[in-house]
Amino acid sequence: MIQINQLYKSFGKLEVLKGIDLEFSGSGRITAILGPNGSGKTTLIKCLLGMVIPQDGTILFDGKEVSHEWGYRNAIDYLPQITRFPDNLTVREVIDLIQQIRGNTTGDRTLIQQFGLEKYLDDKVRNLSGGTRQKLNLTLTFMYDNPVLILDEPSNGLDPVAMQQLRKLVAARKAAGKIVLMTTHIMSLVEEMADEVVFLLEGKIYFKGSVEMLKARYGETSVEAAIAAILQQEQDKPSTQFAHQGIPSTLQIA
Amino acid sequence: MGKIFRYTLSDLLRSYWTYLYSGFFLLFTAALFAFAAHTTNVIISLMNVMLVLCPLIAAMFGVMYYYSSRDFIELLLAQPLRRRDIFLGQYLGLSVSLSLGWVIGVSLPFIAWGGITPENGLVFALLLFCGVVLTAIFAALAFWIALKNENRIMGFGKAILLWLFFAVIYDGLVLLLLIGFKDYPLEGASIALSMLNPVDLTRILLLLQLDISALMGFTGAVFRQFMGTYLGMLVAIAALSVWVVLPVWRMLRVLFTKDF
Repeated sequence: MIQINQLYKSFGKLEVLKGIDLEFSGSGRITAILGPNGSGKTTLIKCLLGMVIPQDGTILFDGKEVSHEWGYRNAIDYLPQITRFPDNLTVREVIDLIQQIRGNTTGDRTLIQQFGLEKYLDDKVRNLSGGTRQKLNLTLTFMYDNPVLILDEPSNGLDPVAMQQLRKLVAARKAAGKIVLMTTHIMSLVEEMADEVVFLLEGKIYFKGSVEMLKARYGETSVEAAIAAILQQEQDKPSTQFAHQGIPSTLQIA
Repeated sequence: MGKIFRYTLSDLLRSYWTYLYSGFFLLFTAALFAFAAHTTNVIISLMNVMLVLCPLIAAMFGVMYYYSSRDFIELLLAQPLRRRDIFLGQYLGLSVSLSLGWVIGVSLPFIAWGGITPENGLVFALLLFCGVVLTAIFAALAFWIALKNENRIMGFGKAILLWLFFAVIYDGLVLLLLIGFKDYPLEGASIALSMLNPVDLTRILLLLQLDISALMGFTGAVFRQFMGTYLGMLVAIAALSVWVVLPVWRMLRVLFTKDF
């Protein structure tokens, strides 16, 4: 369904994506896109959504090139990392705005109830706490049931109860056979939910495969330990750019 | 575009800044009516304030609005919407909300003091029109600057410099040029130079209608001498239209290749 061929992107002299080839097809699989800071995770997602325009390469969605197109985004539900809504609009108005853009749905009612947003519906968005704003964000993302779901750091600012609800929502999408892509720095979330891991390093795919394969390849029992092993291994290579940049040995997945 | 326009307008019409902007013009116009002897004096004083304040507020508010809605723009870009519809909607919402602030703030005291008469009705309408056009031009320039500069300090700095250039520096440069080349015929050059500054154009447009020679300056006098009042006004309006279209077109060009 999504095919990425030889994707290149640089910002000035900084090469962020260096020939990415990926394919995601609808079989109810959750793919975690991981990598250290600046490895190109968010850029890759933004290329897919048309927010960042690649220098070279193609992205095909349902077999059609997405460059400068916009209609294909109707089939994608996206949860951004941070969202600030217009200060003077109420929660209800923000939900209405997205529904006017994407079409009416009754999906918001259950989510509003689930996240306890009923009492905030007439409040201005600027008066909401960070956590409540993220719940509104989740409502906007999950109120539609599209074939592709993209989550960029979905756990940001969520309390444990909302986090649990998020897990259930993502699991339901997986069960319904949707494509789910997510970036996260919570390795337990990857361990628990992801079927597949794409590990980006310096703009290239360093590893792509199942969570089990990742652990087996590095002889570790957890994803966190396997990722740490990759980073350690790369840091020990003196010739790589990665080593010169002095990336600390502590795990930096974000 | 219509949906984004409606929601931007709805957001901004509830903004504290819009009320402050409108409230300032309301109080200022009321004060002018309380102290000035004639409505023409009120219009001239308002014109002088409008020429400085409308571009300044539109430029500052334009960059401020873009930067503060940056995260929301990313959410909108992930929706099935054309880029140009998002930005045209936001630009129009911003221009209309500021224009409403200006028009309502100035009009209410005029209505209350009975300042709109058959004699000065056209000048008053022209005053409102000039404020709206300057708002539209400088809001578009501000959006263009903000889109080109991810660094907020650079964006604000360039927007202030742009306003300073058109509102203050430009006239000084023209004056120096006129003095420096005083031995040459400068009528054509001065008309061309005034076309390149929207603030000058609106000033000339209003003064042509007010017919006050003392305030017209060299360029205004040349405008009237060479084109007459009505042709002069038409040329000024045409040039102002280009001034609205040009930055909007530049903004749309930037959008085509912009990474968010």
